[in-house]
Amino acid sequence: MQIIYTDTLVVGAGLAGLRVAIASKERGLDTLVLSLIPAKRSHSAAAQGGMQASLGNTVKGMGDDEDVHFQDTVKGSDWGCDQTVARMFAHCAPKAVRELANWGVPWTRVTKGDRQVIVNAEKVTIHEAEEAHGLINARDFGGTKKWRTCYTADGTGHSLLYAVDNKAISLGIPVHERMEALKIIHDGKRCHGVIARCLITGELRAYIAKSTTIATGGYGRIYEVSTNAIICDGIGQALALETGVATLGNMEAVQFHPTAIVPVGILTTEGCRGDGGLLRDKDGYRFMPDYEPEKKELASRDVVSRRMTEHMRKGKGVDSPYGPHLWLDITLLGRKHIETNLREVKEICENFLGIDPAKDWIPVRPTQHYSMGGIRTTPTGESPQLSGLFSVGEAACWDMHGFNRLGGNSLAETVVGGMIIGKYVADFGEQHDLVVDTALINRFGKDLRDEIDQLVDGDGSESAFELKLSMQKIMMDYVGIFRNGRELQQAVDELSALLKRASNIGLKCKKRHANPELVEALRIRRMLKVALTVACGANARTESRGAHSREDFPQRNDKDWLNRTLSSWPDANGLTPTLSYEALDVMAMELPPGYRGYGVNNAIAHPDTEKREQQIASILAQLDADADRYTKQAAIMPFALPDALLPNNERLSDTLSSAVKTANVAGEK
Amino acid sequence: MSQARTIRFSIFRFDPQDPNDKPKMVNYEVTEAPGMTVFIALNMLREQQDPSLQFDFVCRAGICGSCAMVINGKPTLACRTLTANYPKGEIILMPLPGFELIGDLSVNTGKFMRELAERLQLWLQPNSIDNDIHRMEQPMDPDEAAKLYELERCVECGVCVSACATKQMRDTFVGAVGMMKIARFELDSRDTRTADDFYHVIGNQDGVFGCMTLLGCQDACPKDLPHMTQIAYLRRKMALTSPNRIL
Repeated sequence: MQIIYTDTLVVGAGLAGLRVAIASKERGLDTLVLSLIPAKRSHSAAAQGGMQASLGNTVKGMGDDEDVHFQDTVKGSDWGCDQTVARMFAHCAPKAVRELANWGVPWTRVTKGDRQVIVNAEKVTIHEAEEAHGLINARDFGGTKKWRTCYTADGTGHSLLYAVDNKAISLGIPVHERMEALKIIHDGKRCHGVIARCLITGELRAYIAKSTTIATGGYGRIYEVSTNAIICDGIGQALALETGVATLGNMEAVQFHPTAIVPVGILTTEGCRGDGGLLRDKDGYRFMPDYEPEKKELASRDVVSRRMTEHMRKGKGVDSPYGPHLWLDITLLGRKHIETNLREVKEICENFLGIDPAKDWIPVRPTQHYSMGGIRTTPTGESPQLSGLFSVGEAACWDMHGFNRLGGNSLAETVVGGMIIGKYVADFGEQHDLVVDTALINRFGKDLRDEIDQLVDGDGSESAFELKLSMQKIMMDYVGIFRNGRELQQAVDELSALLKRASNIGLKCKKRHANPELVEALRIRRMLKVALTVACGANARTESRGAHSREDFPQRNDKDWLNRTLSSWPDANGLTPTLSYEALDVMAMELPPGYRGYGVNNAIAHPDTEKREQQIASILAQLDADADRYTKQAAIMPFALPDALLPNNERLSDTLSSAVKTANVAGEK
Repeated sequence: MSQARTIRFSIFRFDPQDPNDKPKMVNYEVTEAPGMTVFIALNMLREQQDPSLQFDFVCRAGICGSCAMVINGKPTLACRTLTANYPKGEIILMPLPGFELIGDLSVNTGKFMRELAERLQLWLQPNSIDNDIHRMEQPMDPDEAAKLYELERCVECGVCVSACATKQMRDTFVGAVGMMKIARFELDSRDTRTADDFYHVIGNQDGVFGCMTLLGCQDACPKDLPHMTQIAYLRRKMALTSPNRIL
């Protein structure tokens, strides 16, 4: 087995992985990226609508800042997130947007003067400032107080991924394409790299590194219908899980996006509703204002998806051979807007539905979209259990999303998390030596070789394809938008039975190189373990929080469940994960748990909440009367960042007020 | 509801790593379902009939550019090709020519595109001043940003390369994909490279002066990029830049 050595190893060449690789390479570390596919084909490219950053250039974003972005993110998470991480994120998001402009992203810009927009189904004229002309624009997205989502038409992920990959190419960072990492090499305390299999030749290779960063995206493909690319299969999470040591966080936190097209599940961006699109039922009736009078179509994603499902359960869905659906109506935005700002949506409608969205309504239904859960990390991106193992982006539970992610915060997490964690990964590379233990490497290599031998030469009789489909159907039927104990238990039992059967997979195609059936077989065993962490976590969590909605426990229960689920898999032959819980400390929160602003406020309060609120009030009372917002924030919940990312962000409002000041000074003369 | 059709696929099969294998066409049949795409049909074939069948899909939504192949003689994206578009129910699938064959319908476009990017330096080369990420960004003309995005919509699927007669004859030709990217950076006011710099990489037979203007790229591009306009624009620009003053 060939052994390849590097300082920084990154698994996954999407935005998050590439951004970490760039940060390491810029510090002079030898850096190498593994990817299933060419980097520019990564699922990051599919992000359409944009990324949130509180630049506040557009008039509808005026008054925005890190504080507002932080608060939206925490509320959106239903108080399930790590508030320190949400702070680090909100602080660095504007920096990432500006950095990406320097790397070539053609952000859509503000045009000065009047422009017509659609707000609440009515044409409204807004006036953009002269000084904002040419600065980076933002659109409206769900669950946000301000227009904060920076975008390039509706191909934001594409533009970002191309710019970041181009940057990586300019730095000469090698991407080993069509390599699939299948084992993490570790000694129980430190991660030393991975064993990977070449999807073309079948060769097994050991990649040994000071640090290993898993940036393989989410696990949406454990569901039969998902907006995710077909490579988003959770193997990164499984790699960590199979160490038996590292933990996964909040795996039951799975987001369903309100508007994927029926039946294929391809996403139409939240930008459709952000730009003024409406949801209608079988009678053409706009139903969201009845459920959410204030936020309507732009309530948080989990809320809109649940309301749509409720409405369809009342018989208001449109019948189709693929089950009921609702309509997304963007006709009111006009052809020009659709053909410039929503052109990917238009192409998708034309190619997969044969309709013209400027004239026709789009059939949509809530569909699995995002994995809030993932490899549990500290705020520096490192596994608390395995030193040298980092994770970033959707693959990770860094935990800025808690139990529900805001639209525009995932694309943002890839580049912002990558920017921050990239620096910590580089620090790790500078501070640690490469540890080479060939006996250990060979042991993990042999494990994988034995697994492949058994699949190819063994006499197993189960079909990998059938097992996968069975798993995906179980997840669809029992671990969906609305959950209950009876069905979740059924999911756990059936998934465990499938995992048992998976030890008896047999292959029809016996090739050791380029063999799609072997690839499926190696994946399904791992995917089943990931699916079990989702089902078991959901079954155990007897409350409703964010996207995790229990019909039998409809209240958010801060008293008993203000915590993060941790899953591990200590017994390699076990059929269920081990669950434990990490409490969220209310006394350390900047924003103690409160009402999210949707439906009935029925949360069961945490005993510390009131105490913390009083404590915050007294901390603020002790500060000088003219203390600025940075001072107040630091007094309530200090957070750390790499020095280079600490400076405050300048905004148009800062320069405007100084211009006003200058004018006043001039007036005095 | 009328009875579902049977779609007859004829698929190129070859495993270049198997010394005993020879290229051949193999026939398969699939029962058509409403809204069926070549993506759906190929996965059904792999799952139910032949698990060794190789092909590449990632986003299956026409966004990532992984799945270009030649369908009934035309290079295009398989994921968004509906079987209903073929009234006879006969579909012939061949791998994209002009790229290294991995096996069956899978070709190595990634390697090609990375080499092209390195050769033509396809990344923004900004001047280093005024790039403080903590301060206000530099303004850009909103129309310029919109135009840049239009040119940047290329998904590197390789269709233009496979549809290009020049490329078939001249292996070093940069193809429409290369020229489109050069045009994109040439337009970008943040990029410091001049027409003279670009002349050195595409002002030759491998670039704009090699194009025979058959424009298969324009006809086949799944993203409807303006290849014809951009090649003509670049050709004129390069001619004006040429030391021999062609124009």
